[in-house]
Amino acid sequence: MTIKRRHTEELPEHPDFLWKNPSPKKSYDVIVIGAGGHGLATAYYLAKNFGITNVAVLEKGYLAGGNMGRNTTIIRSNYLWDESAGIYEKSLQLWEGLEEEVGYEMFFDQRGVMTLAHSVSDLRSKQRNFYANAVNDIDSQWLTPEEVKKIAPIVNISPDVRYPVLGATYQARGGIAKHDWVAWGYAKAASDLGVDLIQGCEVKKVKVENGKVVGVDTNQGFISANKVAMAAAGHTSVLSEMAGFRVPLQSRPLQALVSELLEHVLDTVIMSGAVHVYVSQAHKGELVMGAGTDAYNSYAQRGGFHVIEHQLASALELFPIFSRAHLLRTWGGIVDIAPDASPILGLTPVENLYINSGWGTGGFKATPGSGWAFADTIAHNRAHELVKPYSLDRFVSGHLIDEHGAAGVAH
Amino acid sequence: MLLINCPWCGPRDETEFHYGSEAHIGYPEKPEELTDKQWAEYIFYRNNPKGWFAERWVHNVGCRRWFNIWRNTVTHQFGPSYKPFTKQPSRPK
Repeated sequence: MTIKRRHTEELPEHPDFLWKNPSPKKSYDVIVIGAGGHGLATAYYLAKNFGITNVAVLEKGYLAGGNMGRNTTIIRSNYLWDESAGIYEKSLQLWEGLEEEVGYEMFFDQRGVMTLAHSVSDLRSKQRNFYANAVNDIDSQWLTPEEVKKIAPIVNISPDVRYPVLGATYQARGGIAKHDWVAWGYAKAASDLGVDLIQGCEVKKVKVENGKVVGVDTNQGFISANKVAMAAAGHTSVLSEMAGFRVPLQSRPLQALVSELLEHVLDTVIMSGAVHVYVSQAHKGELVMGAGTDAYNSYAQRGGFHVIEHQLASALELFPIFSRAHLLRTWGGIVDIAPDASPILGLTPVENLYINSGWGTGGFKATPGSGWAFADTIAHNRAHELVKPYSLDRFVSGHLIDEHGAAGVAH
Repeated sequence: MLLINCPWCGPRDETEFHYGSEAHIGYPEKPEELTDKQWAEYIFYRNNPKGWFAERWVHNVGCRRWFNIWRNTVTHQFGPSYKPFTKQPSRPK
């Protein structure tokens, strides 16, 4: 089997400065809170698609220092429900032209994403997912264990293990991208179009007058705005409380890890919800793996090592060859999880205040689609068609988008 | 790994417990009178504070009993744990 990717190519040179670091102006048409992937993409599409360039992105830490710099970079669109297929497939289509569009290398690499099934019920639910994808015109293949082995020779397909591989879905258009570079690409493109990216600027209060948002109090003073858009992931509950309404979100730690640099042994992305493992090999050679969330609510960006241990035990059974690899680093991010494990997007009870949250453990892949549809929602002050099903109202009406079963933990 | 103080068994490793989310969520007293919005709040809405949080755990490989405990969601420091249906200790400073 040939490794057909860009592993061995050198990384391109960076310009000295990718974006300006201005002081905040007194007022903006739109303020986006949070300079992660979704916030930056939102600002970029506001400027690019709607000519709204009097925009600030406020970031309390540093640009892309939250979940955007902490995720395992998996990209796919083979979700079960129509609503999910809509927004994630739009996102994947945007990924496919993104580097050319923003003029920046992102190492978007369609190496395929494989999702393994390990029990009869698991097999049936994956097959259901596979057929649902076919109905939604989303590319998907069904693989036998032997076909799994052909694509990824290091997978143990022996029947004599606790969780044998019985089959898998495979989305060939799925893959990975280099997360930092994605953020930097969006940041550069947004900055070039006139968007102010303001780091070290923490929102202390969302100012609401007569049910309408008027601006935000920050550690750099009050900044007024016609519209405010929240893209703050794990801190969404904190922000919405400042604005005076509740959201059905819980913030949990999600951990990930990398090994030392290794020879290239894995040419695709492999996920397994049943044994809580997802793994890919970065271009440089580290194995990148994700664990399940820690059990409890937290804002601490760290979790327990027993979660990592459990995750590695699962990985070793599937990939015996990893037993020689050393763990290089583990870290955590804070993910915001909704009761149905689907995002909460669109308008809020406060006029001109918009919410982009609840992406939980799987937001990276949605970065372009989420930003694209959210910018449209903000520009027109109404939910875009792809955003509509994700309203806060669904928890009252009961129209939940239950991707728990479809996605397992490895969302 | 958290060290969790079970009010019956004393401090034990986190792996002996299962998380139960926010404490003190009672079943609605007059469920037949609830609006859809109130049902949504009862079923789906839970507080998610950055700081002290009164939460439930069950000691599922120990005494198998539920209890409540204060925990800080930023530092992971624990406050007092207490048995169900007993008076809630005040929020730690």
